[in-house]
Amino acid sequence: MEETQDAGMAARLDNDPAGPSGGGFTHIVRMEGVQKYFGAVHALRDINLAIGRNEIVGLIGDNGAGKSTLIKVLTGVIPPSAGRIFVRDRPIDLAHHSVGMAHAMSIETVYQDKSLGEKQPLWRNFFVGRQITDRFGFIRVREQKRIAEDILLNTIGFRGAGISVDSTVRQLSGGERQGIAIGRAMHFNSDLIILDEPTVALAVKEVRKVLDFVRRIKASGRACIYIEHNLAHVHEVADRLVVLDRGEIVADISPRQMTVAELTEYLIDLQQHR
Amino acid sequence: MSDRTARPGPFARIEGLPIIVVFALILALFMYTAPEVFLAPQIYTTLLSTAPPLILLAVGLTFVIGAGEIDLSFPAVIAFSGFVFAVLFKEYQLGWLAVLGGLASGVLVGVVNGLLIARIGIPSFIATLGTQFFWSGMATVLSGGKSYALRGAEESSVWKLIVGNFGDPNSIAWQDQISVQAVWTALIVVFLWFVLNRHRFGEHVLFLGDSNDVARVVGINVEREKIRLYTLMGTLAAIAAMMLTLENKNYFGNQGQGYLLTAIAAVLIGGTSIFGGRATIVGTVFGCFIIWMIEAGLVASGLTGAWVRTVQGLIFLIAIVFYLFVEEPGRRAAFARRLRGRGETGPRGAAGGALPRRS
Repeated sequence: MEETQDAGMAARLDNDPAGPSGGGFTHIVRMEGVQKYFGAVHALRDINLAIGRNEIVGLIGDNGAGKSTLIKVLTGVIPPSAGRIFVRDRPIDLAHHSVGMAHAMSIETVYQDKSLGEKQPLWRNFFVGRQITDRFGFIRVREQKRIAEDILLNTIGFRGAGISVDSTVRQLSGGERQGIAIGRAMHFNSDLIILDEPTVALAVKEVRKVLDFVRRIKASGRACIYIEHNLAHVHEVADRLVVLDRGEIVADISPRQMTVAELTEYLIDLQQHR
Repeated sequence: MSDRTARPGPFARIEGLPIIVVFALILALFMYTAPEVFLAPQIYTTLLSTAPPLILLAVGLTFVIGAGEIDLSFPAVIAFSGFVFAVLFKEYQLGWLAVLGGLASGVLVGVVNGLLIARIGIPSFIATLGTQFFWSGMATVLSGGKSYALRGAEESSVWKLIVGNFGDPNSIAWQDQISVQAVWTALIVVFLWFVLNRHRFGEHVLFLGDSNDVARVVGINVEREKIRLYTLMGTLAAIAAMMLTLENKNYFGNQGQGYLLTAIAAVLIGGTSIFGGRATIVGTVFGCFIIWMIEAGLVASGLTGAWVRTVQGLIFLIAIVFYLFVEEPGRRAAFARRLRGRGETGPRGAAGGALPRRS
């Protein structure tokens, strides 16, 4: 899928050594000196953050640390007050940075509860906003259902779970809902999928499912920013952990070097010395 | 959650099946209590000529309620667009231009509603309550409270093509009484079924009804779709207004009265969710038939007209409670809990085993 996606860019940057699957860029997204003020409040302070093209980055921090502000700036929901943002190593014009542009740039955010229409069947949920239609706007239902089934079985592996494309979201468990939203993002070739606390309020078994979906993101060659409160969950799947505190990046750790317990201690320590 | 692998039963697979069954039962009842009326064809040709305005309004409302909104202003469109059409048709002799004028006035009302709700953000209940007063007041002011008799209208092509009959106009045989508006209405309803169930717009309407937040996140232009939604409703109400005015060959200022509750009741009896997100056009059409039939059937069965609203209201409430329990398992569970809670202080076992499943 990825080979065809950015043929133009690949041609220009084909000597770039990075990445397993064509396309030629090192970082799917990079922020340089990004600041964000809300009036007098300094919400983001001098953020420098680069996400590799096939990297799972865990973003952790307390409530109010600036995680969601960071994501909103990154996805174009709100503009930064200062600084530069690069998508696939190219600077983007912040004046025209909108959610639609984030879609075009293949960045997709999976929100906790706001991603799926509860009463609607899965096949509609996969395609809503991006329907396959004829030129009068009528949906090609059969084609959408066929592709939806393929996503269900092959992209997210719901085989035998008793769910069909005609099931409504309401019939799914919390973990399965995250899976549907992640599967949708993967189908639409998002190169960067942002997960906003996907395991909050989930039972242990459901958390396992979500972590498996995150591994599938990695396996498919995409990047992921995983916002999480629970250290144990991110620790398990992330390649790198970025700690945000009061609008500042205070640590950038590889979880391989620390156990969850060490990590917890390290973070508590960090809090106390600031 | 264990039953999700099971194939959906016929009630889930055939759109509007519960309401079709209820319709058949009520029809059978009236065939029994008033056989001379309900076993003769005339009542059905009358249905075909008088039900279309109600059906058009209710089908439009199916979209509005499916989107989780409401419109209370359509009776005013029946008055206002009916007036615009009548005055252009009678005083200015504009013929088909009068039809265009009537349509345009409905579009105007719809767009204004849409702007108030989507752009300014007024809850639709309040916004359309306001526009209901404004436009019906406007119709009264402009018409000076007069009615317009469209004498001789049946000679015009407008009348013949919109509300005429297929047969010989001088015959009273039922085959000659089948009305053109029934065919127009059927075509519009079928088209709108496809729009709701197969078109991008219909899907957006249902997602709006599910949650405006989700709709926004998945990239639906919420404002634009709401303006379109109310424009559709205004246009359908204008068509209904002109059919009604032409069918009666008369415009009068309060001709929209009586449609507010019947149209909303038809939609909800039909099975469209009062919470939005789920809408059925087939259900709405049969809901209209039921509402219409109660009116004809009760009178034909020997009850006075005073009973009509009472029975319509009762069926309306029964339907809402029924659907609430079928489609809102959470509410059903809460209700069961409430019953059980009472059971602990009072006599035991009153409702303990009534609702076996949790979800």
